[in-house]
Amino acid sequence: MKSPASAARWHLATCHGCGLLSRAGHEHAARCPRCGSPLHTRKPDSIARTWAFIVAAAILYIPANLLPIMETSSLFGAQDDTIMSGVVYLWISGSWHLALVVFIASILVPMAKLFALIVLVLSVQLRARWQPVQRTRLYRLVELVGRWSMLDVYVVTLLVALVQLEALATIRPGTGALAFGAVVVLTMFAAMSFDPRLIWDSMEKDDA
Amino acid sequence: MSMAERPLIACHDCDLLQREPLLPQGGVARCRRCGATLLRSHPQSTERALAFTLGALFLFVLANVFPIVGLKLSGDFVQTTLLGAAQVMYRNDMRLVAGLVLVTTFVAPLTQMLAMTYLLLPACLGRRPPQARRVFRGMTLIQPWSMLEVFVLGILVALVKLAHLAIVVPGIALWSFGGVMLLMAAATAAFDARDLWTRLEAAR
Repeated sequence: MKSPASAARWHLATCHGCGLLSRAGHEHAARCPRCGSPLHTRKPDSIARTWAFIVAAAILYIPANLLPIMETSSLFGAQDDTIMSGVVYLWISGSWHLALVVFIASILVPMAKLFALIVLVLSVQLRARWQPVQRTRLYRLVELVGRWSMLDVYVVTLLVALVQLEALATIRPGTGALAFGAVVVLTMFAAMSFDPRLIWDSMEKDDA
Repeated sequence: MSMAERPLIACHDCDLLQREPLLPQGGVARCRRCGATLLRSHPQSTERALAFTLGALFLFVLANVFPIVGLKLSGDFVQTTLLGAAQVMYRNDMRLVAGLVLVTTFVAPLTQMLAMTYLLLPACLGRRPPQARRVFRGMTLIQPWSMLEVFVLGILVALVKLAHLAIVVPGIALWSFGGVMLLMAAATAAFDARDLWTRLEAAR
């Protein structure tokens, strides 16, 4: 037995649902004998699917940041808010800590997430052998923080629902909110399609 | 049992094949190659996960019945619930966003809580509920889309933004959502799929 060895080399696969290790075989219809989840030694078409979601998310990232996520009309006139102007507003009005939270969740995280996924997929495609532990950690981080970008979608939803004061002030959602929600969902799909075990496969190929 | 007889497991992040270590209570096993958390041993994980889930389910009802927040401005008083907010988005021609909000803050958390109760309650009583595999699979699929903790932060940010505009009245649902968030985090942390399946298989 070569050491260290991956389960795939022995045609064994871990069930992503319940964690049971079982024989995967080559047929596509393999299922976990315990919980019935589909079994794969590696996620199917991981690289192609991850790229597809990354590209789609990157394209929508532009309107998500340029288009207004909400439109306020009040006695003092109308105002369009983008993600960034919302952060600026919080900053100016003295809530710099919240401005920081929103900046991280809405601007930094989606960008860093796209960048990190591109680095991960490219490194796997180029069979890179550098820092596998760090790259695996990066993947875990991407999975963990991605959801926090939904923050602005919730904020807009609540503001729209509450600020319906007839003549005084009304807030309507903007198209940017739709694009932004789509970016969050697409990057989550991208992270789900990527298989971190591929990072370790290139480490083992050379030993064999 | 000697080490060589311990069952084999593979790391979900790097696929390294290794023997399952014997864990002391409260112990954590990490992959020796990439450091991923492989196993956690919590005493009575299934009972505790069930208790937290039932508590969360109760608060979730309150969180959806009562308004999250109210807004007072020169005689006008507006308040909203979660479902009400999604409805306003829907009426504003933002159907997809309304759907996204509804799925991530209502459908996914509720499905997760109901599925957990459906599996854990009989498991604690030594029974196996019908369709356990299907319910478990549905639960693992929907789990990443439950984003209550992000929603709670969203409520807080919205409160701060509104505080400059009008008098903000926090509703019962605000505290309830906070409670659901904490209890579901505790339930997910306590939940151990291996322990659940060991019990379900023994009940057969």
